[in-house]
Amino acid sequence: MRERSEKCVVTFRTTTGAMAMERACKAAGVPGRLIPVPRTITAGCGMCWAAPPEAREAVEELVMEQHLDVDGIYAILL
Amino acid sequence: MIYLDNAATTRPKPPGVAEAVAAAMNAYGNCGRGVHDDALSAARTVYGVRQKLADLFGCSRADHVAFTQNSTQALNIAISGLLTPGDHAISTDLEHNSVLRPLYRLRDQGMALDFVPAARTGRIDYDDFERLLRPNTRAVVCTHASNLTGDMVDIQRVGEFARRHGLLFILDASQTAGVFPIDMARQHIDVVCFTGHKSLLGPQGTGGLCVGEGVDIRPFAVGGTGVQSYLETQPPEYPTRLEAGTLNSHGIAGLGAALDFIQQTGMDAVRAHETVLARRFYEAVCDVPGVTVYGDHTAPERAPVVTLNIADLDSSEVSDELAERFGIATRPGAHCAPRLHRALGTEEQGAVRFSWSYFNTAAETDAAADAVRVLAAEAR
Repeated sequence: MRERSEKCVVTFRTTTGAMAMERACKAAGVPGRLIPVPRTITAGCGMCWAAPPEAREAVEELVMEQHLDVDGIYAILL
Repeated sequence: MIYLDNAATTRPKPPGVAEAVAAAMNAYGNCGRGVHDDALSAARTVYGVRQKLADLFGCSRADHVAFTQNSTQALNIAISGLLTPGDHAISTDLEHNSVLRPLYRLRDQGMALDFVPAARTGRIDYDDFERLLRPNTRAVVCTHASNLTGDMVDIQRVGEFARRHGLLFILDASQTAGVFPIDMARQHIDVVCFTGHKSLLGPQGTGGLCVGEGVDIRPFAVGGTGVQSYLETQPPEYPTRLEAGTLNSHGIAGLGAALDFIQQTGMDAVRAHETVLARRFYEAVCDVPGVTVYGDHTAPERAPVVTLNIADLDSSEVSDELAERFGIATRPGAHCAPRLHRALGTEEQGAVRFSWSYFNTAAETDAAADAVRVLAAEAR
């Protein structure tokens, strides 16, 4: 398995919410990718956005600006 | 075959639609089930089509576009998910059974139901909406255009009526989506129900509803969503709230290609082409002795439909002659619009419906008019 490192993880209630997040991040040049939700997080949607920890601020700004339908934002080792 | 049955389903589809369906079928996983590339390809496409539809209908949020198999399913979801037996609803005589039967079912459970009547010309009087208003009126449910005659409802006016009295406005856009402008915000529409395979030029098995913010539709089907798996009820968030089970992402990919075609061609150009042909046909047949054309052809805007009968001939016989002798595809009989047939006096005879799409030509239209002239002469 891969070596773990800290990630900023965003979870969603719906797949549509995850899609909106991915589009917004790509358009804004915010790094990250969609991955299956790890078991340390109990979330609604089966996929979550995993970004490097330094992107957290940019991610949070996007969520606020675009009213993205987010369930939670976590800092976890992945 | 000269295909003039586009109000039933458009044919052919624009270039790229079938290819998009085939490409999706060969490459996509299940939208929202798994997070590998193939599942994400499906999810991204589906989301992109939600955005296109939200833009098309002036829906404020892409996540408030929910997919169904067709308009009928969308209308069932909207009508049974918003109305209860204690309510009163107003509809019109122009409606298709996809509106009528869900309303009748609620009426049989105790809901009060009234219809704005259609005159023999197919026209409705908008003051009737006000006359039918009751203290417990909850919604107006109506079509944008009659599938039988092409007569249009002024949805701006109906929307303003609904807004004035705090009513929900559920619109059946089956015959107009993609051809006539629809703007949920400007026209005060709470739910737009659409099908993909008619005027939107997409595949059969696609459709959906756009839901205004704050409109809470009770889910019709509940089940697998790929999200919130331990919740014992359907997740409350749109669009998942209304989408139990695997989506038709293959068809939705095709619908996306069709929407691209409409966007690139321009809705105004599509509408101009279709309505000019329908008008051309109407003018060629309206004065032919023995031909009766239905609907209000003095109206400034009409859906590209012309419906007629020849003398007292059975409409099925006429449609069959058109197909077998002239190679022209039309639809005869009753058109799932029983109240309007009653208003037009065509319950027994039915009617022959000619309907256009962007892919019809003037030559096809003239050939159809010639065939009507021949059959009318033979009937004399």
